[in-house]
Parts: sequence; C-alpha cells; structure tokens
Amino acid sequence: MEQVISPEKKGLRNSRLFILVPVIAAFMVYPFLVSDYFIDIAFFFGIYALLGLSLNIVLGEVGLFDLGHAGFYAIGAYTTAILNTKFGIPILVLIPVAALAAALFAYVVFSPVIHLQGDYLLIVTLGMGEIIRQALINNPFDLTGGPNGVFGIDFPRIALPGIGEIFVCDSSIKYYFLIWAIVGLTIIGLKSLQNSRIGRAWNYIREDEVAANATGIDSRHYKLLAFVLGAGLAGVAGNVYACKLMVVSPESFTFWESCLMFCIVLIGGMGSIPGVLIGAAFISLFPEIFRPFAMYRMLIFGSAMILMMMFRPGGAWPRKRGAVEFRSLLEDSGRSDA
Amino acid sequence: MHRRRPHCTHDAVLETVGLTKIFGGLTAVNAVDLKVHKGEILSLIGPNGAGKTTVFNVVTGIYRPEQGRVLFKGRDITGRKPHRIVSRGIARTFQNIRLFPDMTCLENVMAGQHCRGKAGLFTSVFKTPGQRREERRILEISERRLQQVNLWRVRDELAKNIAYGSQRMLEIARALASGPDLLVLDEPSSGLNPRETEDLMAFLKALIEDDDVTILLIEHDMNVVMGISDWVVVLDGGRKIAEGRPEDIYANQEVIEAYLGKDDGEEGHGSAA
Repeated sequence: MEQVISPEKKGLRNSRLFILVPVIAAFMVYPFLVSDYFIDIAFFFGIYALLGLSLNIVLGEVGLFDLGHAGFYAIGAYTTAILNTKFGIPILVLIPVAALAAALFAYVVFSPVIHLQGDYLLIVTLGMGEIIRQALINNPFDLTGGPNGVFGIDFPRIALPGIGEIFVCDSSIKYYFLIWAIVGLTIIGLKSLQNSRIGRAWNYIREDEVAANATGIDSRHYKLLAFVLGAGLAGVAGNVYACKLMVVSPESFTFWESCLMFCIVLIGGMGSIPGVLIGAAFISLFPEIFRPFAMYRMLIFGSAMILMMMFRPGGAWPRKRGAVEFRSLLEDSGRSDA
Repeated sequence: MHRRRPHCTHDAVLETVGLTKIFGGLTAVNAVDLKVHKGEILSLIGPNGAGKTTVFNVVTGIYRPEQGRVLFKGRDITGRKPHRIVSRGIARTFQNIRLFPDMTCLENVMAGQHCRGKAGLFTSVFKTPGQRREERRILEISERRLQQVNLWRVRDELAKNIAYGSQRMLEIARALASGPDLLVLDEPSSGLNPRETEDLMAFLKALIEDDDVTILLIEHDMNVVMGISDWVVVLDGGRKIAEGRPEDIYANQEVIEAYLGKDDGEEGHGSAA
C-alpha cells in the first residue's frame, strides 16, 4: 500500500497538520482555563456538532431533506433514560443500545417511504418528528413520564467486578471530554466514509439519482443506510445529552431542534465536516455571545441565515472537491495524456 | 473492418421479444423484436417519438415493459432494477448528458466501478486491507478508462466545468468503467461538432476492436449511422419497420417515407434482410 506522495501533496498534508494540531491543543487546554459555565457551553457545542454530523450524512452527503431529526435524538435520549432508570443498565453500555434503537426506528419508518422525492420525503420526516414528540407526551405504557419526562438518570460509570468503580463521569470537565471524544471518533469514521465507495455513492445520488441508478448504484439501499447511520449518531447524542442533564422531557426535542440541526448543515456547508463544526459553533455559541440582545436573537439569527444564503450559498466552509486522496501509481510512473 | 452479422442466432448478447411499453393511451413501443449480436455495432434509428429512447429505458431497467421480455446473454432481465442490470453487464449513457456535475471527472468515472466493489460500512470506516485493495483497483480501472477517452488531464476538474464534447466522452468512460458486455449509447454524437463526431466514430470503432464489448446506439446523424453500424434497426411509431445493413436501409422506401412523411395511416412491417 505504499503510495508515492508528491511534494505538493506532502505540503498539503503539512498545512493540514498546521491547522489541526493547534485546534486539538486548544480543545484539550480550554476546559482547564475557564469556568464550569463555559465548559458547559463547549459541551453543548459538542452535542450540536454530533447532531450536525449525523444530519449531515442525510442532508449533506445524500441531499435528502430531513426536518425530523430531533425524533432520532429523542429516541436515543429516552432509550437511555428509561433503560437506565428502570433497569439500572450503565449509561456507557447504553450508548450502542441508544444508537441501535434510533437506527432501527429509522429503518422501520423509512423503509416504506424512502423512494419519495425531495419535499415529499421532507413532509414525512416532519410528521415523524412530531409523532415521536406527541407520543412521548402521551406517556405510552407509563414509560416516558408524559410532559414531565424521565428523571434520575445516572452518571456514566465504569465499574469492574472485584475492583469496584474506577471512573465516574460526574463533572462538567469529564462530560466535556466524553462528548468531544465521541465527536472526534465520529469525525475520523466519517472522514474514512467520505473517501470510500459508500461516501461516493451517497454523493452520486445527491448529484443525480437517475444517473446513479443507471451507473449501478442501488440508491434505495444507500439512502436507507444514510438515514440509519444518521439516526444512530443522533441516538448517541441523545444518550450523552440525557446523562448530562439527568432528565429528559419532550420539550427538548421540538421541531425547533430539528430546525437548528438543519441550519447547522446549511450554514456550515453541505457535506463538509469542518463546515458542520463551524455551523454547530455558530448555533451553540451565538445565543451566549448575544445574550445582552436576547430579544433580538431571532432577528439577528434570521438575517444571518438570509445573508448566508445570498452571498455564500455553499456554506461557510464548503467541501472541496479535488484530488482523490488515494492516488494510484499511474501518474508517477510517467503515463500521462497521449 | 470486417462485417459481422452472421445469420446464426446463438451469439445474441441482447434480445428483446415482443417488447411493448404503454404510457397511458400511448403505445410508445409496440411488439419490438431486437437482436444484438456479440461484437457488433447496432444502430437504432427513427423519427422523433419513434420510441427509441423508450426501448433503451426498458432494456436498462428504468421502465418496466407491459409485455415482452428482455434477454441478456440468454438470461431474462425483464423488469430488473437498473443497478442490477448494470452489474449484469449493460452500461448506458443519456441523450441529455447526465454526469455528477459537482464531482471531479475521476470520481465520475469511479461510479462505474461501484457495482464491482463490495466494501460495506464497517470495512469502509475501518479501512481494512481488503477495502484499501478494492479502492486501489477501482482507482486504477477508472484512471485507465479516463486515459482511454483522453481526459486524463482534467481528472481533478469538476465535471460541470469541462467542455461539452468532453462531457460526452466522460459519460462514455463512466459507462465503460463498469466493464460492460453491452454499451448502450443514446445519441452520443448530438451536440458534437463535425470534428468531435469524427473522433467519436474512430473511438467507437477502436473500442469494438480492442475491447470485448458490443454497442447498441441511438443515432440521428446519418453519417455516423452509415459509417460505423454493422446493422440498423428502424423504428417508427413504436414499431420496427425495417432492419438491415446500413446501405440497404439507406435505399429502403419505407424508411424514407417514415422520415420524410407520406400517409400517416401507413403501417409497415419489417423487411428482414
């Protein structure tokens, strides 16, 4: 698998490190320099980053409109809350469970409607998000606690038999590192996917679904995969959110939350991972920065969106299409255009 | 170039039997029998609205026929999903070029190899050695196809930014990247200037000699039809009205009438050569 790395590519890799290393260092140092309040803000930045990344798969990579993503987030949160409070299953064990629950739900709901195009699918997602929220309020089987929600959710703990508890995630700083570790791993995984046959298949479908089908891509399969994966990640975000707040209630998963996630992807740039991080930063930090103007928040937010769409429709950091990362030796062995 | 078209039928790559496609009250394709033999270039011609593209769309699985069957390499592929048909070995291009505009030319061609890969979610996330090998193979085949159509120099350009003629060739490269047995081209010369058309004809001739491929095309440009076809099938009003060698078709009275118009009620039957 030895690849010959051309000088300009090496330069590119260096310049990428040049940005990446300080950013990661800043993230590591940040919580030790500020108060718990600011650590919590950064925690919610992490939650929104994860939600943005999850929606980005569906909206950014495949171009499917999903305005019900808060529903998957809710399923992750409630799965965690209910299984933890009723059965005492540890939070960390529930991370994959929450992801699977949300993913399974997405699979069941979207299997029959995945062929719908554009705005029709949008309406389905919209309805799905609202149905989930209403169901939570209606307290089915006395599980969800109605409008009050579920409370008394435990901290994430790691306990070994014989040794006892070795780790409890009980402070803002630990939650901060928990969420950002998850975001970091997610980014690494999604980055590999972007440069794989699956990531390309998603993009082909976004660009032209008929052509994608006629070129041998099973669009139904890949669209469903995007929804399932996106829902799973939103479920993970729900899990961390639930154990951080120790209480979940339906009002945390309104249509407004779905809108915010949608904005994160649009502001950042469809299909762009750095873009999603910028979008998430904007959405989560914005209310804090403009706290003195809380009354005008929506006004400023709305105009920012409009200006964005007018002057930078590709988003703040659009995905760059360029050289495929994984280049074969052909160009180096001297073969070029005849 | 030697003339193919033997009269034996066992080497038919593609065969349609009584193919019929109805849209509402309109019979777009009416009981069409078509036989494409291995290694030949067959042109489907006919006036506008004759049902040529509909035949293509039925063959490539975009439409499901009301009646009749499509046999590919002796197996029934009627009504199969487009992506399944591609992996069976039929690749196509579109009349109004359909590329992936905001992706690079190389990425466009790599789409063709998609159906030959099998890396799943987990192998792709964790970049297993098998997945890396597969990616490498996809890349190598795609690069070779890109060189074949002389677009190597624009490999990292976005598909929407290259010249129209190049876009046509890129679409052909994408189709070829799937390693098809049958290449289905819908008006490949439309929108090309005479020079580009010449190049296209030369390319297709070379392709049929070098690669193990059969070509079915729709074409309006009579120079192209006469220049490269081994066999010509004429459609009019959804029916096959004639088939034969290009020179015979050129002189066929019925075909001339279909193009220039005579009586609308006139219905002809195939005059097999």
